[in-house]
Order: sequence, then structure tokens, then C-alpha cells
Amino acid sequence: MSTLPTLMLLLLGVAAGGWVLRFAGQKATGNAPVFRDMPFAVAFGYILGAGLLAFSVWYYFQPTLTEAGTPNAGVVFFRWAVQFFIVATIAAFLFRALGRTVGTQFSKKMFRQMPLTASFGVLVVIVYAFTAIFAAWLAPHGQEAIFAKVNVLPGGNAATGGDPLHPLGTDQIGRDLLSRLIYGAQNTVGIAFVTTCLAFFLGGSLGFLAATLQGWLDQVLSRAVDVLMAIPSLIFALLLMTIASAWAGSERWLLTVYMILIIAVIDSTRVFRLARAVGLNIVVMDYIEAAKLRGEGMTYLIFKEILPNATAPLLAEFGLRFCFVFLTIASLSFLGVGIQPPLADWGTMVRDSAQFINFAAFSPLTAALPLLAAGAIALLTVGVNFVVDWMLHRSSGLKE
Amino acid sequence: MQSVIRIILQRLGLGLLTLFVVSIVIFTAVNMLPGDFAQAILGQGATPAAVESIRRDLGLDQPPITRYIQWLSGALQGDLGNSFAQANFASFVGADSGVRTTVAQQIAPRFENTMFLAAVTACIAVPVSLVLGILAALFRNSVFDRATNVTTLTSISSPEFFLAYVLILFLAVLNPVLPSLSNIYDGMSFGERLEKTLLPALTLTLVVTAHMMRMTRAAIINLLASPYIEMARLKGMSPMRVIVKHALPNALAPIINVIALNLAYLITGVVVVEVVFVYPGIGQLFVDSVKIRDIPVVQACCLIFAAAYILLNLTADILSILSNPRLRHPK
Repeated sequence: MSTLPTLMLLLLGVAAGGWVLRFAGQKATGNAPVFRDMPFAVAFGYILGAGLLAFSVWYYFQPTLTEAGTPNAGVVFFRWAVQFFIVATIAAFLFRALGRTVGTQFSKKMFRQMPLTASFGVLVVIVYAFTAIFAAWLAPHGQEAIFAKVNVLPGGNAATGGDPLHPLGTDQIGRDLLSRLIYGAQNTVGIAFVTTCLAFFLGGSLGFLAATLQGWLDQVLSRAVDVLMAIPSLIFALLLMTIASAWAGSERWLLTVYMILIIAVIDSTRVFRLARAVGLNIVVMDYIEAAKLRGEGMTYLIFKEILPNATAPLLAEFGLRFCFVFLTIASLSFLGVGIQPPLADWGTMVRDSAQFINFAAFSPLTAALPLLAAGAIALLTVGVNFVVDWMLHRSSGLKE
Repeated sequence: MQSVIRIILQRLGLGLLTLFVVSIVIFTAVNMLPGDFAQAILGQGATPAAVESIRRDLGLDQPPITRYIQWLSGALQGDLGNSFAQANFASFVGADSGVRTTVAQQIAPRFENTMFLAAVTACIAVPVSLVLGILAALFRNSVFDRATNVTTLTSISSPEFFLAYVLILFLAVLNPVLPSLSNIYDGMSFGERLEKTLLPALTLTLVVTAHMMRMTRAAIINLLASPYIEMARLKGMSPMRVIVKHALPNALAPIINVIALNLAYLITGVVVVEVVFVYPGIGQLFVDSVKIRDIPVVQACCLIFAAAYILLNLTADILSILSNPRLRHPK
């Protein structure tokens, strides 16, 4: 273990560098306020940041092939990550600039206030939605089409075991991986979206009903939700999936339907809590009283009076809930009890190609396969979370 | 003081009641399985006599309420029944050799492993997130704050297996520092065990640190507008001292709460991470049992997970009452 002493020495060096930076700054600028009032931690941070940046640039320009001719996988992955980061930043910036010039007055104003992370999130959501809707046109092959060549390596280079017909290669039974990745957007995201909508319909309407009626119905529903929430959701989902798999028997598609219902019910408990809390604040308002005195029915009260006034918190919750549902479904699929084959799905793809990661030192592109599918999941949740974070930040009134 | 004890007892009672109801939910859910356990074990070619024998052996000929009481009283005494998958088939057809793997035997070593993993994670995650949170609050709205904000938001919203494979790629495959498979066995030295546990623990740390760090930052920043912080600043205290001595003690209640909640979250996250690293813990056993429909094991794991979850939430509740004088002395 010589890493630890090296690390300590580096930290000491950075600390000394920070002190020198502050001291030299004070002397060179004649005690300018910037350097005079600079805490040591800030100077330390500057040196650390500069050091990291310099190291990254140096590492980025290392050769991708070692002297022995094998790929220098660490550099390859680092270059991909940096390139992705730069492209993402530029895309988000251009997208925000576009949003500021094109569109209605309202959307222009929205884009003007938007931080770069949020515009990146919006862009990601749009791209995913587009891919999911037009998967059949975008994918070069069908998701269930089986080709004669199995285990074709990614890269499309015939010399290294690839095939130009399959840019990402094929899996163990000869299905095109690029097509399955694209169809995965349709299946995984689509199913998660349907599940979230169902959870919102269920939890939202019951929550508002409990808030308006109160009394025993409220008590019964709230206690039931308390009990359901006392079991960790992934564990409960796995338990119920065991039973559902016995019910579904050999009907694989039925299992997917059961999964949607199970996750929708489990997640609707969280929606119920929020909808009830928001609803309770609204039902005491005067305009609800007025509507009640007018003799309006329950449906009118819930959908015309309460719902429009509860949209903002519910919308933010929808984004968060979608992330949770999406991650739960992906996790279930990864564990092998979620979306069932032959439907293409990202969680299953990660599980099937996970061993490839061990070949990173020989073929970085092959090792990237499981990360590509897992990264597709991560990218969407990160994007949605960026948007939700911004929405919450805006509605909370910008605290310090 | 009297009222504190009363509140805590009240919460404890409520927790026990919840656990009781949860056990009913788990039992009912499992009993909604179509057909019969006996049929499920023996498959299609079962003779009626064999089915009848198993049914008697497992006590399936009794009404559900009796079975529930038996299961619950057994569980309370640490007897969680026999595993189907490990069942000795000879015993079912009469020739009982007396050797059976009980669920408790299967779970006990794995439970210890899972607890070890959770403990290692907590030891890394809690200090790191507290320090990061305090630093982010100190240098709020700076480059450092924004960078940590974006990084933690990314790690909190990535699926566990993504983080796990990225860590495997960089720390096990490209730079072989840590083993990517955690095969824990009896008689390992502590250091060896720690080394094998470190990679799963780091993954879980990435998952939970983000939330705890963000809550620490938010709790401290919420307080910074208070008059007494203004006073401390005007006295000429350094920003670090203001935060550590004045803001932190008052922000402790929400922070403790969020730490306990995240430890509870660890229990769910542990399932996926254990599967990725083939870590012999309860989560892995649970997933394997779910796949082969080993009902007693599923039931027992579920009960343990739910109990741990309820217990940690209860702890969060009680600690936040104890650390808040306004809740300690309700009017």
C-alpha cells in the first residue's frame, strides 16, 4: 500500500501550495481584499481544483494505446466521459439559447431564468420521449428479430469481430443490441410512465377524497397507507412479484401487467400522503365553502376546485415519483423479476451483459455495453431530477 | 421528563402495532398464492398421498388463522420454519432422516454479513456527508457548492447497479485495487473481510451520502437567517465557528432524522448491491428465494426487512423528539 503515503504527500503539497498562493497574492497585489480576507480553506480549494484540472488535461492527452499495443482503457473511458460532458454542456447551452428566442412569451421567460442543469434535464426528457415514441422508425431492426450471427462484438469493424450491420453487436441469441437499446426506451420508459400515471390517478383521487370527506373514510385510508408504507417498497414489490409470478404462470406478458399494478399501488401510497396534505390545506378555503353551498357535487369539487390549485406540488411530485417508479422497475428487471423477455428492457440488458465489464482492459467498447444500458437509465433520472430540483427551488422562493 | 417517557412508550407501542399489522399483511399476501404449497413443491406428477403427507407435515390442513398464530409465535421464538428449497424430500414421503435446514439457520450468518455491510457503509457515509454538508453550507453558492450539488444529485438519481458497475470498472478492473466479488466465508480475518466489503460499501455510500449531505446543507442554511446567527456574525466570529458552534446544534434534529431514514433506505438498497457483488447477505438470499418461490424464506426475509425499517424510522422519530426541546415539552 504505497497509495496512502503518496496521497498524504499530495495533500500536504496542496496545503503548502494554498498557503503560498495566498501569501504571494498578498505580497504581489499590495494586500488586496481578495487575498487579505481569503480563508486558508478557499486557497486550498483553488490549488486543489487547479491541480485536478491540470491532471485531467494531462490524462486526457495520454496515448490510447500502450506500448504493448493493448488499449489503455482508463484513458479511453476518461476521454469518452469528458467528451460526453462537453457535448452535453454545449447541447444544453444551445437548447437554452433556442428556447429563449423561439416560442411563446411564457416559455421564453421560463428559459431565461433556467440554469444550465435544468435546460439539460428538459433536453434529455424531450430526447427520451422522442426516442420512445418513434422507436419503431429509429431502430434499424425489430426488437425480437434474431440474426444468424451471435455474440457479434460492438464497433462495426469486421477485423475485430464486429459487423457493420450491427454497430453495437448482437447478444447471445443474435438480437441486434442497438435496436434493443432503442426499443428499451419505449418499453422501460413507457411502462414506468403508465405506472406513474396510474399511481397518480389512484393516490391523487383517494387523497383528495379523504381530504374532502374526512371522517372515517380518511381514517381508514390513512391507516391503511401507514401500514403499506411501513414495508420498504422494493422489498414489498419483490414479495408481491413472487405471488404474481405464480398467478401469471407461463403467461409472461401477464406478469408485466401485474408488475405495473403492484408498483402503481405501492407508489400511490406516497402520492396519497401528498395529495391529502395539499388537499387539507385547500378544503378550508372560502371558495370551497362557496362551491359546497352552491350545491356542487363531489366530482366537481375535486376536479374543478381542488385539482387546479394543487397542480404545482403535484407536478414536482410527478417527476420525483416517475424517477422512483422507473428505478424500481429497472431494479426489478435487473434482479430478473421485472419486465419479461422478449420485450427489450434496459435493466435486463445490464444483467445480461454485466460480465463484459471484465474485458475492459482488452476491448473498452465491449465493456461499455452494460454501462450504456445502465447509463441510459441513469441519464433519464438525472435529467428529470435536475428539472424537479429547479422547479422546487423556484417554488420555495429562493432561500439564501 | 415524565412526558418524554410517555411519548417514547407511545411511539414504541405504535411501532409494535405497525409491525404486527405488517406481519398480517405479509402472511395474507403469501397465502394468496394459487393452489397449495404442497402442489408447488411436488409439481404436476404428484400422487395424492404425497401431497396429503406434505400438507400434514407443513400444517397446511389447518385454518389460516391457526397457521398465522403458529407462524407468528414461531417467529417470535426465532423459529421461522423450514426452507422449501433446502427441504429434505425423504422426510416428506415418510423416511424422515431428521436433518432439515431451517430458515433461521440459513438467515443467521447472512444477517450478520448484511449488518456488517450496513455498519461499514454508515461509518463512511455519515462523517463524509456531514463534513461535505457543512462545507457546502459554509461556501454556499460558490463553485464548490454547485459542483457538489450537481454531483450528489447525479449519484442520488442513478440506479445502484450503475454506480456499482462504474466503481467495479475503475477500482476492480482497470486499477485492481479492490476485489469485485465479495466472497465472505467463516474464519476470515477482519482486515480481509473489510477489504472484500469495501466496494459494496462504497457503492451504498454514494447512494446515501447525497441525501444526507443535501439535508445537512439545507438544515444549516435554513438557520443562517436567524437573529442569533446574525449576532454571532456581528461579534466577529469566523464563519466556520458560527456554523459549527451555533448553527449545527440547532440543525441536529433534522440531520439525525435524515441519517436514520437513510440507514433505513440502506436496507432496500442493499438488495441490488448484494446481487451485483454476490455478497452473501440477506438481500441476495431474498432475491434467490423470490426467484424459486421459497415461501418461508421470502416471508422471513420480508419480516426482518420490515422490522429493521420500522425500528430505524422509530429511532428517527424518538431521536428527533429528544433533540428538540419544543417537542420534549409539549404544551
